[in-house]
Amino acid sequence: MGVWQSYRLRLQRKRWLIRAFRKRRELSRVADRTDTIRPNDLLLFSTQRNEKIRLPYFLDYYRDQGINHFLIVDNDSTDGSAEYLAEQPDVSVWTSSASYKRSRFGVDWLNWLQMKHAHGHWCLTVDPDEFLIYPFCDTRPLRALTDWLDASSIKSFSAMLLDMYPKGRLDAHPYSQGQNPIEIAGWFDSGNYSMSRNRKFGNLWIQGGPRARVFFPDQPENAPALNKVPLVKWNKKYAYVSSTHMLLPRGLNQVYDEWGGEKASGVLLHAKFLDTFTSKAAEELSRGQHYSASVEYKAYAESLKDDPDLWCKWSEKYINWRQLEILGLMSKGNWA
Amino acid sequence: MLVHTALGRAEQAARHWSAAGCPVVIHVDKGVSRKIYERFVASLSDVKNLEFSRRYRCEWGTWGIVAASQSASELMLERFRDVRHVYLASGSCLPLRPVEELIEYLEERPQTDFIESATTADVPWTVGGLDHERFTLRFPFSWKRNRFLFDKYVEFQRLFRLRRKMPNGLTPHMGSQWWCLTRQTLSAILQDPDRAEYDRFFRQVWIPDESYFQTLARQYAIKIESRSLTLSKFDFQGKPHIFYDDHLQLLRRSDCFVARKIWPHADRLYEAFLTDPAGAMKRTEPNPGKIDRIFAKAVDRRTRGRPGLYMQSRFPNEDWENGVTAAPYSVFCGFSEVFENFEPWLAKSTGARVHGHLFAPERAHFAESQTTIHGALSEAPLLRDYNAAAFLTNLIWNTRGERQCFQFGPADNQDINWRMAKDPNAQISVISGAWAVPLFRSNRNFMDIRKEAAALQKIESDFLNVLRSPYTKARVRIWMMAEFIEAPMEPLQGILDEIGPTQQRRLSEVPKMVDLNGFGQFLQNLKNQGMHPYLMGDFPVERAIETKSEAPRKPYLVR
Repeated sequence: MGVWQSYRLRLQRKRWLIRAFRKRRELSRVADRTDTIRPNDLLLFSTQRNEKIRLPYFLDYYRDQGINHFLIVDNDSTDGSAEYLAEQPDVSVWTSSASYKRSRFGVDWLNWLQMKHAHGHWCLTVDPDEFLIYPFCDTRPLRALTDWLDASSIKSFSAMLLDMYPKGRLDAHPYSQGQNPIEIAGWFDSGNYSMSRNRKFGNLWIQGGPRARVFFPDQPENAPALNKVPLVKWNKKYAYVSSTHMLLPRGLNQVYDEWGGEKASGVLLHAKFLDTFTSKAAEELSRGQHYSASVEYKAYAESLKDDPDLWCKWSEKYINWRQLEILGLMSKGNWA
Repeated sequence: MLVHTALGRAEQAARHWSAAGCPVVIHVDKGVSRKIYERFVASLSDVKNLEFSRRYRCEWGTWGIVAASQSASELMLERFRDVRHVYLASGSCLPLRPVEELIEYLEERPQTDFIESATTADVPWTVGGLDHERFTLRFPFSWKRNRFLFDKYVEFQRLFRLRRKMPNGLTPHMGSQWWCLTRQTLSAILQDPDRAEYDRFFRQVWIPDESYFQTLARQYAIKIESRSLTLSKFDFQGKPHIFYDDHLQLLRRSDCFVARKIWPHADRLYEAFLTDPAGAMKRTEPNPGKIDRIFAKAVDRRTRGRPGLYMQSRFPNEDWENGVTAAPYSVFCGFSEVFENFEPWLAKSTGARVHGHLFAPERAHFAESQTTIHGALSEAPLLRDYNAAAFLTNLIWNTRGERQCFQFGPADNQDINWRMAKDPNAQISVISGAWAVPLFRSNRNFMDIRKEAAALQKIESDFLNVLRSPYTKARVRIWMMAEFIEAPMEPLQGILDEIGPTQQRRLSEVPKMVDLNGFGQFLQNLKNQGMHPYLMGDFPVERAIETKSEAPRKPYLVR
């Protein structure tokens, strides 16, 4: 990479930061408990809209892993989720009725909050339907991982999005509040992912899984990206570029080894496909607030008419992180 | 005991040592703030046989750690006259066996120094390319804070061949910084008349804490056991592995006296080994090898990875894959064209999974006409062609443990040619020119046939050029079709033998060859149209004429 290219990326990063700074006005404070954040705390950032039914399990899941404080932007919910979040002692909530799309799908809002509150912290950026799995997550808290990353001078940790789905029709098993969504959507595709390098940002571009298999078999280039870097030792100069798929400076995207070795990595279990999905997809389609003219949601709506079964004979049932490790979806790297 | 963080754990460890009757001298890093230091000193004020030594700033790889160990050792030897062995430990060290056992062990070996100490020439331990140069160059700049200057100054010295000589002709030795020395040896090192000179030299050695005592102990020790009593495992960057709660059973069986480094929040480990004396005692069968294996595997995973795996954190550059694919597989070109029942026959005689044309334009023909296969890999052609190489590597990765065979030909997607050719796991067998057989048997206009034959011949010729290139690592066999059908048995037997243990020792049943009557004439017709099919070799037109009157040929059989 030449000097010119790296200078342009630097400008781009500045641009995202300035944009985030401008967008701060779109956020209004609902509950601000950020003064309780202590220097070593692990922070979680998220945006959500009408996800109240998912929130209790989501918060508990990450509390168990050792997240100390949640910073959540609520995008104009109507189901009382903002109020629910505001009641939680370890949650700070902002709300915004501005356009989700024009905030680059929440990235600008979170970039601003991270700039302001996450400097020097390990911070995890996930959606309410994403559940982080990392090596040894059943025996070691998240703090063990971040301490090890610190000791190894690693600043970012990748966790690929793994789409989970139920067996049978989506509406066959209704999700109830507080329930582990993986109990319902317990299946995944283990080995149909393709990846290529993004030379500009240095990240891997991963596509595949059930969404490519069922919704995009004829236009694979439109299948959603699955690469994510959700866990980062934040610095106020960092900026997420596109969702949590990539960041600037680009060195943070170098989460993969190029000389044959394996770096440590995790998985984000993506429990998108619950019974709530059909109505959600219809709503999102009408709002048109999603990526690339909501091409993804158009494809869903098209296929959902026939109520497809994402499950196939070769789907794998989720057991634990060791299973994902053996299947080659994540790696312990040299953490032992 | 050298301490810099997690003072609470250090206090626990210090109390443990002291309770067993061992005098303790603690060195606290100068980086620790005065307030925290004083609180730490106060918290240990009730422990009798415990002293604090003068504080130095200990940065990794610098002299500070040696200075700290020197002054702490001096204080120890001077203040506690009965001490025979001095054990250098850190705040994140955890005694695994009761301290009494260690004391007994050392009493039985009163003149033995336990210090890992090997000459640099003989052991390739070092990480980062500096081994003997650790001693011959100077390192005034910090590696952690001034990496640029550090590297530049090393380059500068290499360029101008600046060297230093070891003082008094010492032989440089290196090893773990956690040692256990006898009073005799330690005091000899500390009271050496030339110590000022040695110190001056080692001050500018790279990572002196791994070489100062290791080198000097060789001068004075009566009996050196070159090993550390502290269990400490290092990863590929030379940084110690950390132990967590889930290592409890491993550590119990490790049979070592002391382990480092322990994660400060590993409550169960501290509880098991420090506060519960009975817990530490009830050790199961010692199995120290297991820890070694686990950490050796971790290093191997980080440096070499799993062959044939492409994933979010392993995406090797081309030719650095350490295994393009995960397992051996076989590719057959032209066999299913020449034989009528080749696929079922192959599946039967090898027990392998035999697919049709996986890269066919209309879809991936998986074995048993499945629409998806292991790993939910889909037959959709666009999805496959979007990244054909990933399709292949995924298939082989997903089906580890089961040999895969598939058909390939010039009508298929050719994107994977190089990927297969450069893969030592690929066994590629080609009957060149066999693509003409389906054309010969088809019911199409001759001009279309001619056009397609020309195109296929061109593609296959390119494919053969790839297979014959010097970069090819696959096991390649190529026969011209004419040559192959003369004696198909031997090639088939050879391929099967290579695929692996088959049920039969010899082929008892061969696949049925398609009826090639008139094929020679067909080729001659193509030639007459100006399209010379050359890949299949010489097919005499006459042979077709000779056999014209005979009944259809019987399949080859071996008696």
